[in-house]
Amino acid sequence: MTDPAATKHGPGRILIAVYGVFALAATARAGVQIATKFGDAPIAYLLSAVAAVIYCAATFALAKATVVSRKVATAAIAIELAGVIAIGAFSYAVPDDFPDATVWSHFGQGYGFVPLVLPVLGLLWLRRTR
Amino acid sequence: MVYAVVLAARDKRIDWTVLGAVGIVEVGLITQLVVGIAQYAGTDRDVSGPFFIGYLIGSLIILPIGAFWALAESSRWGAGALAIACLVIPIVELRLHDLWAV
Repeated sequence: MTDPAATKHGPGRILIAVYGVFALAATARAGVQIATKFGDAPIAYLLSAVAAVIYCAATFALAKATVVSRKVATAAIAIELAGVIAIGAFSYAVPDDFPDATVWSHFGQGYGFVPLVLPVLGLLWLRRTR
Repeated sequence: MVYAVVLAARDKRIDWTVLGAVGIVEVGLITQLVVGIAQYAGTDRDVSGPFFIGYLIGSLIILPIGAFWALAESSRWGAGALAIACLVIPIVELRLHDLWAV
């Protein structure tokens, strides 16, 4: 088994930087949405908050790069992938339930589909540095 | 100016030139925050306050964190991480512009 710290070096550095950006963006977005107009679309905004927590968890777990944190990162990124696929599909199927966008609506269209690609890259990277 | 930093940081190791440029941009962002708040206070346009101010403040913390993260890795990947942080700035600027134009 390789050194778990490998997770945060090399290309992992860039991966974590992108995760950090999304952690910040999702947290700020969810915070403003919930603070200012929670009543408009509570489901969408709660999902925004869930996404924010998962991005933060993934960012810190990847950056910590220990044996345990790698497991946390794997779980967080797996949930993220499931979330973006599920929310993406639901936002197309029942758009009425999503009057306002979340990070994961329409498979992350508002963010250049990065939210869809990011978890795949994350899981591949975790596998590669195992 | 921001794009110049992005180009400079790409495929380069972190050096003082890049860090200096990032510092200048950061000063620019602080100026933008002050000017932005003043303009927001003085406008009667229908600008979404929490989002506008949120972006202004959020833009300040990206580069310092990016620089800190990049410095801990002295390879091209460190510079790449800083480039990501720099790339975010024009995106934030575009969003600010959109928010103001509404």
